[in-house]
Amino acid sequence: MSRRLMEGSEAIAHAAIAAKCRFFSGYPMTPFTELLESFSKHLPAQNGVCINAESEIEAIGMAWGAAATGARAATGSTGQGLALMQESLSEISRASVPLVIFNMARGQADYYQATRGGGHGDYRLMVLAPVDAKEAVELTQLAFHLADQWRHPVLVYGDYLLAHTSQAVEITPLRFGELPDKDWAVDGSLGGTGRSRNVNSIGMRKGEKGIDPEAFWAELQEKTERIAATEARFEAEGCEDAEIVIVAFGTLARFARYVVRELRAEGGRVGLFRPITLWPFPSEALAAATTGTRRVAVLEQNAGQMIDDVRLSILGRVPVVSIGGISTDAAGFGIGPLLDANVIRGRVEGVLKEAAV
Amino acid sequence: MSDQSDLPVLETTNPPSQPARQTGEFHPGLQLTTDHDLCAGCGEPIALRILLECIEELGLAERSIGVIGIGCYTALTSMIDVDLIQALHGRAPSVATGAKRMQPNNLLFTLQGDGDMVNEGLQEVLHTAARGERVTCILLNNGVFGETGGHMTATTVLGQRTKNTIEGRDADYHGHPILITDLIAQLGGTGFAARGSVHDAAAIGRTRRYVMRAFENQMRGDGFSFVEILTMCPTGWFIPTAEGPDYLNDVMAPVHRLGEVKAGGILVDADPSEVLLGRAESTS
Repeated sequence: MSRRLMEGSEAIAHAAIAAKCRFFSGYPMTPFTELLESFSKHLPAQNGVCINAESEIEAIGMAWGAAATGARAATGSTGQGLALMQESLSEISRASVPLVIFNMARGQADYYQATRGGGHGDYRLMVLAPVDAKEAVELTQLAFHLADQWRHPVLVYGDYLLAHTSQAVEITPLRFGELPDKDWAVDGSLGGTGRSRNVNSIGMRKGEKGIDPEAFWAELQEKTERIAATEARFEAEGCEDAEIVIVAFGTLARFARYVVRELRAEGGRVGLFRPITLWPFPSEALAAATTGTRRVAVLEQNAGQMIDDVRLSILGRVPVVSIGGISTDAAGFGIGPLLDANVIRGRVEGVLKEAAV
Repeated sequence: MSDQSDLPVLETTNPPSQPARQTGEFHPGLQLTTDHDLCAGCGEPIALRILLECIEELGLAERSIGVIGIGCYTALTSMIDVDLIQALHGRAPSVATGAKRMQPNNLLFTLQGDGDMVNEGLQEVLHTAARGERVTCILLNNGVFGETGGHMTATTVLGQRTKNTIEGRDADYHGHPILITDLIAQLGGTGFAARGSVHDAAAIGRTRRYVMRAFENQMRGDGFSFVEILTMCPTGWFIPTAEGPDYLNDVMAPVHRLGEVKAGGILVDADPSEVLLGRAESTS
């Protein structure tokens, strides 16, 4: 496909289809609605299925069932709808089902929900936060790859701006390497052979009595630790000699990047550190990128959530300050005054003055 | 040592008329083991056996996927030699929907209890039926949350004693039972709906036919199919184990009436208004 101008929602749907996603289910809710519309428009032509589910709870159930058969499947909502899905998300992570979930969030207030597991029990989702539609095309495809590689749910964190901003994108299928066979997936073929499968979240095994939750959960925790050790992704720009490093994620980081380049052009020593994976959080990279800096300025569109992970990465070596905050529009969709390079620039300059004293 | 003279003495001077046979030889081929972990007198293992025998008889063993709810019967999954997905409480119909859409040639069934399906997941099963999803939902209805120890569910009949309706379910205080098969039969997407039981051999035979018809309905592509199976839970009913089958027949079955309610997409019994309200009092 050549470069085409399209909204982020449509770009994501096309990217998912390019990654061979063949099942999508969802329940309309702004700003997730257009993603559901795009899948319903484009999936059937690829022999795929898109179901308008009766609620978010059924939407994730359907996607769970589809993914358990080995098909690439996805669902999504906004943070509110994701809240309804948390029970299933937790169980899906324990059942090691490779599902992709899109949170087209209303701003960045779902950081905790996305990165802390969100539901009951010990688990984390892998979370990818694209900065724009172009990167969303890549990360959507990567999400399906990582989900299959680790047999683990992967959440793509988007927002209103990503969903509704049109950008020229090129959608070509990306390859990220070999993947293991899905010999665990249920296709019905092994019934009566003594080797039938059970995709389950409780550690139940065929022909064995009872379960051993402690051993089962420890095994999952071991996988979680391997993911944490290997999958952190980030982008760093101008951090080497920076007095101030701004930490920002998702679409808001695009504004921060603009401000950093503007200040750099004027001789300001400012850098940007952008976590691409919110979990695993790129803690070691952030620590390395901020060794010589005077201040770490966290820009996020919420009351202060990612700042916890930044502090846990910096461990008190450098003062960490917030230059973000609650900022939204009258409808609560997250289009607030903070989405303005001049506003962000003013806040960064404030921190620069403070650091110079 | 007790006096053994009253015990029967086996005649061993001649070989027996037929060789000894283990009862294990009679278990269905799709059952991996012969001993289950559920209570003596429970009806659920009988229902499981019916289910597995039907899959085998229809030649669908290597193209079946079961989606299992949460309840006592979840413990049976280790002995089922059919590909399975374990769902959350109440969520099996949506999971089965996604699996069926990706594996349209497979038999997709759910196995759920009344607490799972009619309490927690009522919305799921109703919408799946209304969509005419080509899956078969199987309800094991014993009128109590058996696994938690015998608490009221949405199908508990009026007057029934449970751990949290200790004086019996009272319509004014606890509301009326939901007669789920009758409700599901009303929906346009439903091709087949029946209610069977496992309280005696004749009922088991009829239930077996219902399950066969439900699966056949699905494989023909004639929409949603549903079989409710009334099962004994003597533990949750607080009665002696041996009285379970009679209790089922005398107390549950007059309210949750046995029989086919819909077949070939046509309602068998034409007056749903009375049964839908669930006001039929139990006889005890």
